[in-house]
Amino acid sequence: MLDVMQINSFYGKAHVLRDLSLSVTTGQVVALLGRNGAGKTTTLKSIMQLVVPRSGQVRFNGTDITGWPAHRVARAGLGYVPEDRRIFGDLSVLENLEVGRQPPRQGTATWSQDALFDLFPNLAERRRNRGRDLSGGEQQMLSIARTLMGNPSCLLLDEPSEGIAPVIIEDMARAIVQLRDQGLTVLLSEQNLHFARAVSSHAVILDRGTTRYSGSFADLDADPEFRDAWLSV
Amino acid sequence: MGLFIAQLLTGLANAGALFMVASGLSLIFGVTRIVNFAHGSFYMLGAYVGYTLMQVLPGAFGFWGAILLTGIIVGLVGVIVEIVVLRPVYRAPELFQLVATFGVILVIQDLALMIWGPQDLLGPRAPGLKGVVRILGEPVPKYDLALIGITPFVALALWWLIARTRVGILVRAATQDREMVGALGVNQSWLFTGVFFLGCALAGLGGAVQLPKGGADLLMDFNILASIFVVVVIGGMGSLPGAYLAAVLVSVLNVFGVTYLPQSTLVLMFVVMALVLMIRPYGLLGREEVAGDPGQSGEPERPIKPAGARVRLIVAAGIALLALVPLIAPPFATVLVTDILIFCLFAASLHFLLGLGGLVSFGHAAFFGGGAYTAALLVAHADSPMELALLLAPLGAGLLALIIGWICLRLTGVYFAMLTLAFAQLLWSLVYQWGDVTGGDDGLVDIWPPDWASSSTVFFYLALVLCVGGILALRHAAHAPFGYALRAARDSKRQAEATGIDTRAVQWGAFALAGAMAGLAGGLFVFAKGSVFPNELEITRSFDALIVVFLGGVKTLSGGVVGGAVFESVKDVLTRFEYWRLALGLTIIAVVILAPEGIVGSLRRLGERLGLLRAPEDGS
Repeated sequence: MLDVMQINSFYGKAHVLRDLSLSVTTGQVVALLGRNGAGKTTTLKSIMQLVVPRSGQVRFNGTDITGWPAHRVARAGLGYVPEDRRIFGDLSVLENLEVGRQPPRQGTATWSQDALFDLFPNLAERRRNRGRDLSGGEQQMLSIARTLMGNPSCLLLDEPSEGIAPVIIEDMARAIVQLRDQGLTVLLSEQNLHFARAVSSHAVILDRGTTRYSGSFADLDADPEFRDAWLSV
Repeated sequence: MGLFIAQLLTGLANAGALFMVASGLSLIFGVTRIVNFAHGSFYMLGAYVGYTLMQVLPGAFGFWGAILLTGIIVGLVGVIVEIVVLRPVYRAPELFQLVATFGVILVIQDLALMIWGPQDLLGPRAPGLKGVVRILGEPVPKYDLALIGITPFVALALWWLIARTRVGILVRAATQDREMVGALGVNQSWLFTGVFFLGCALAGLGGAVQLPKGGADLLMDFNILASIFVVVVIGGMGSLPGAYLAAVLVSVLNVFGVTYLPQSTLVLMFVVMALVLMIRPYGLLGREEVAGDPGQSGEPERPIKPAGARVRLIVAAGIALLALVPLIAPPFATVLVTDILIFCLFAASLHFLLGLGGLVSFGHAAFFGGGAYTAALLVAHADSPMELALLLAPLGAGLLALIIGWICLRLTGVYFAMLTLAFAQLLWSLVYQWGDVTGGDDGLVDIWPPDWASSSTVFFYLALVLCVGGILALRHAAHAPFGYALRAARDSKRQAEATGIDTRAVQWGAFALAGAMAGLAGGLFVFAKGSVFPNELEITRSFDALIVVFLGGVKTLSGGVVGGAVFESVKDVLTRFEYWRLALGLTIIAVVILAPEGIVGSLRRLGERLGLLRAPEDGS
């Protein structure tokens, strides 16, 4: 479904991604792992074309989307949830959802506000509150819900568990598993190995902008030495 | 009591048009982050288009239909401007877009002159609303009452659009985080264009609706510009209720000012604004602006270096060549080059503030004019010799800058820029209305250099020494520890503070230094021309300098000087044509679109590509 082929991305003159490749097949939940600064966020931004790779290709359902404006990428069915959530603080929960609303798309589930409130019950009680008045966990849920309003076929989640109370992390993991069971493809970046393992079957390990490992968690655990070399702090 | 109420009603009626125009400006800024200087021009266009339509369309239906149609037409003109002029430069540094909108002002001015001619047009009376109504014995025009009734509906409709519709939700979301809105699948380009349509349509509506009260003339664009900026700033950037409140406040005060303090009308508005901002720095209903990074977006700054031996040699040769001008060139060229030198110093002083300090001042003319009037007043009232006047001109302007800077530097970004503009206007109003001392509109004349410096050659050398000296002093300051601190404060205020720099004191000092240098240029200007008029303090003067700095290149040390020289020369050629504004406006727009790094920046890039100059080393 999603193929990243040898992309090179820069921030100004800083070379962040070096010939990075990865792929995600339909229905998979893949965790993007790696230390701070490994390039996880940049990878997701490069897929979304918020950072346009200088070379290489990003293909989505077989189409080369490299260089497209971000809104076109979103309309093609890629949903992006940024790491810092980027809730519209002045807008109410309902209005935040409205910004994300896109027309129904063939072949993917069509989300309604009510369906999202079922998925994230905490949000339902706060639908009239302004975005800035929500807690960190609620904002994270709202950010995911807002993106789901665009009825994506593939979700890019940047560190969904970051800065969230442990109780809420469990809710979050449950929601992601639920999304997976409904057939949504997910690529999520994660620092929290337990969380990643709970929701995804496959892992991609990044280091200094390059892919070091790509495969199942089971295979990764078979070689603890290798795993710890790339993941332990 | 009757008079009081009648005046209150007049003020409320005047607030209608002002609110419409100001809310359009506020909307456009909120979403696109562009301070649309051309907004007054769309207002003027609305008046002219409305006038023509009212001639064609008959009766009451025609009158109100003409107003609505005008809104749509002006909105569409706005769309054309947005697509042709602004779209190519959204990615350029924010302030470059200002210069583009200034080009649009010039173009619209001349187009209006071409189509409607130079004479003022008297607006038609509204059918069915011609006479007056007596309220407590005082006559109140019926049309005023109609306006008072209509404005809240416009405001309400606007509020409904913004608060209740999907478009409004997207607009508010984009005001906070444009990129995220795009990542959620909304096409920002069309959102921007839509907002521009709405904003310009409101300006056009305002222009058309005031026709029966004010008519149409070619000065409307600049006349309303200061007022709408004041309204938006007093009300709070991006707040519609704030804009309404401020429009009413300003209009009502203005009407009372005319009656009770006729000398103060122009000044009053700015005094109110200064007072409001001192108490509520972000306007009555505004919220704290998340300080953007004006002019600094895009590539990181290149570090500036002291000139090497080769560059110093070239500059020295250039100055030597300049010194030869009176000997080899015809007299008119000597005078022209004197003007250019003075303008270069003025531009360099703004560049210092803007490029190195990151402080975007819209009112730098205050110090140029301030210096000019300091010198002229000394000569006119105290018979002071030129030498003393030239010494006191920069000191006077510097003192002025200390006072204005102390107040303005409490704010940042757009608010800072607006406040500097307001102070420049305040000064202009003072000079304009305090005729006994300043000569008002007639200016101060017959201020010539003493005999020893009266020949254009001697005065040229005087100007050469002072201007080159001033520019070198500014350059020196840039490379001194003071300059490092200033740039540190520009790039990261917090980190600079953390390393022990008192950023506000440094910026205050820079503001004063830039003001003093502009004042020196102003002092020289008076003696070069033999006179001074209030237009040296006008918005257009400030804009001239801004344009020059951007055309020259904000991020290059020589940008101000090179831009100044090119601009003055081009202007000298262009002003010989009848429609020079059109030509200048189109030139400015072309430069903005084709060479967004300015003249010096583009030349440097060209030099690097051709291998004549060394590109900065890679890696960071």
